[in-house]
Amino acid sequence: MRLRLVRRNNDSWLIKVAVPIASILLAILVGWIFLALSGYEAAETYRRMFYGAFGSAYNISETIVKAIPLALAGLAVSVAFRMKLWNIGAEGQLYMGAFAAGGVVMMLGDWPSILLLPLMMVAGFIAGALWGFIPGVLRALWNVNETITSLLLNYVAIAWVGFWVFGPWKDPNAMGFPLAPRFPEAAYLPVIPGSRVHIGILVAILVAIVLYIVLKYTRWGYEVRVTGESQEAARYAGMDVAKNIILVMLISGGIAGITGMIEVSGITHRLQQDISAGYGYTGIIVAWLARLNPFAILLVAFLFGALLVGGFGVQTYGIPYAIVLMLQGAVLFFLLAGEIMMKNRVIISRED
Amino acid sequence: MNWRKLGIFLLMLVFAATMVVGCGDSQDNDAQAPDQSQQEEFKVGFIYIGAPGDAGWTFAHDQGRKYLEEQIPGIKTITLENVPEGADAERSIEQLVQEGCQVVIANSFGYGDPMLEVAKRYPDVSFLHCSGLSTADNVSTFFGRIYQARYLSGMIAGAMTETNKIGYAAAYAIPEVIRGINAFTLGVQAVNPDATVQVVWSNTWVDPTLEKQAAESLIAAGCDVLAQHADTPAVQQAAQDAGILSVGYNSDMRKFAPDANLTSPVWNWGPYYVRAISGIMDGTWESEAYWGGMVDGIVDLAPIADKVPTEVKDQVAAKKQEIIQGEWDVFMGPVKAQDGTVKVPEGQVMTDDEMLSMDWFVYGVEGTIE
Repeated sequence: MRLRLVRRNNDSWLIKVAVPIASILLAILVGWIFLALSGYEAAETYRRMFYGAFGSAYNISETIVKAIPLALAGLAVSVAFRMKLWNIGAEGQLYMGAFAAGGVVMMLGDWPSILLLPLMMVAGFIAGALWGFIPGVLRALWNVNETITSLLLNYVAIAWVGFWVFGPWKDPNAMGFPLAPRFPEAAYLPVIPGSRVHIGILVAILVAIVLYIVLKYTRWGYEVRVTGESQEAARYAGMDVAKNIILVMLISGGIAGITGMIEVSGITHRLQQDISAGYGYTGIIVAWLARLNPFAILLVAFLFGALLVGGFGVQTYGIPYAIVLMLQGAVLFFLLAGEIMMKNRVIISRED
Repeated sequence: MNWRKLGIFLLMLVFAATMVVGCGDSQDNDAQAPDQSQQEEFKVGFIYIGAPGDAGWTFAHDQGRKYLEEQIPGIKTITLENVPEGADAERSIEQLVQEGCQVVIANSFGYGDPMLEVAKRYPDVSFLHCSGLSTADNVSTFFGRIYQARYLSGMIAGAMTETNKIGYAAAYAIPEVIRGINAFTLGVQAVNPDATVQVVWSNTWVDPTLEKQAAESLIAAGCDVLAQHADTPAVQQAAQDAGILSVGYNSDMRKFAPDANLTSPVWNWGPYYVRAISGIMDGTWESEAYWGGMVDGIVDLAPIADKVPTEVKDQVAAKKQEIIQGEWDVFMGPVKAQDGTVKVPEGQVMTDDEMLSMDWFVYGVEGTIE
């Protein structure tokens, strides 16, 4: 007996909605059985998970706080994925963006907010774009595999930030601890009062709208999509593939850089280690689950944020962190499996 | 399975699962808002950088938590483990407060900023920050002079080494770690002036793989005793596998390396927790920056292995008494810096502030501060 996956072409709306819902429910069912067998109260565990993510205004605000970097990182990598460029380097591009934004504050910290924040954002974009440019140009000119180069550059970027916070930018008042000085308040992103939800949410929505329009309605967006389908076809049609690869990596890295700027300016309020909780990597999953659709990325990031925020808090009910990870992992596992089932038909043949 | 059958199957699944979830919901209604009914009891929340299963840093704190529950009846504790020091910390601390904790204890340096943020919003809740930097009206910091125990463990390592090369797998180049390396090295040099201490940075608090790699690079460099400033027993296991000796950290790590382990400088948080929580409960507590020593019992040396000669044990015991009696302390002059210049002249003692911001190595350390 053999199992084969055959790509299906018809995508009905029913399936598009039913499969993810069924996947999540199946994941809950499996988690439920697992919790019950381990002697935990499954109903209460899931109730708390839901409550932790959506149960109060504060909890919803924290879910959004988590969703903002996930959405931006997802949007960042989705641009590259459109062209089948595997930018695994959003994490490093994020750190470089944070570094540049932090650098602007170190140098021009006494400037007013209205100038400082845009400058930080531009610096974050440029630094992230440069970090995307390196694998981009290597790929465009010498066909160097961008998956590996972008991934490895992550470690360089994280170590680079470490160098500055352990060294030249170490806060003299922090008794030797590896922290850059706290930003002046002018460098804080405005927040919705009483919460940590910052203006980054508007940035994420704006980026999604711009990406949607550019990719769908501009000539360049068309070129990106064609190149993604077939580089040969794009070349044959006279498109400058090398130029587009570099451009796409610049934009992808730039958006990731903005993510980093937003995290230091909106959340940590200083340059430090551990700025990102793996957003550059989680963004990849977000982008794929959203099938690279910019608006779907916003939605998936919100739900993913809920899964992370709600799941984490279940610990106070006595559920160990390892089981929290298992419950979260089950949701992802079934969603991704459902994704494959949605795109392919399973054919079982009995010949051999 | 054809297309239509798959669709039907999925729909059935949706219904089945909805029913399961539906049942769950109906059960919840009687158990709604479980936190409110428990408001009578005194609740203490813990934020952990790792998990109690790390057998090291967080394990030691969790032992303290259990001790607290035993000593003060009616106390309820809840914990959040593996809390990253970045964006998630503030939400985690807030959650513990919202679940009714009157005290929140956090066990890593990086929780400082978020803890101060949350503390501003809840002036009636007390916050205890381990290894922290800044206090506030309702935020205390606490830590222990583990360097005293490290000095004693260094004496044992210095007496036991044959190659005169001792390895030290260290986490981050921050004052706390540097102070520990220096104290350990001073202990080594006190009994064996020919021995040196080689430092390797792992740049992580909790990562058994990286910690083990650091240990292996030290073994390859010819070290025959390994010490560690890391949260897990990975270094101990590497020493055990290589057939050499080791000094643990955080908790008694004997069981992870029965042949290699000589002793471990250990934390004993329980008594501090009990003192702080009792004070908070009866209203006598005032915000403080606590840095207790061996005399307070917050730090100690785990039992010393049998293979260590009795003379060495006696020497260590004598030094320990001097420390406890307050007759002597580790960073009492003369102390030489790495390059041999005198850093603390004879007859002088480093102040707490100088020790807490230490960013230089003593004579006998091989390695650089990044």
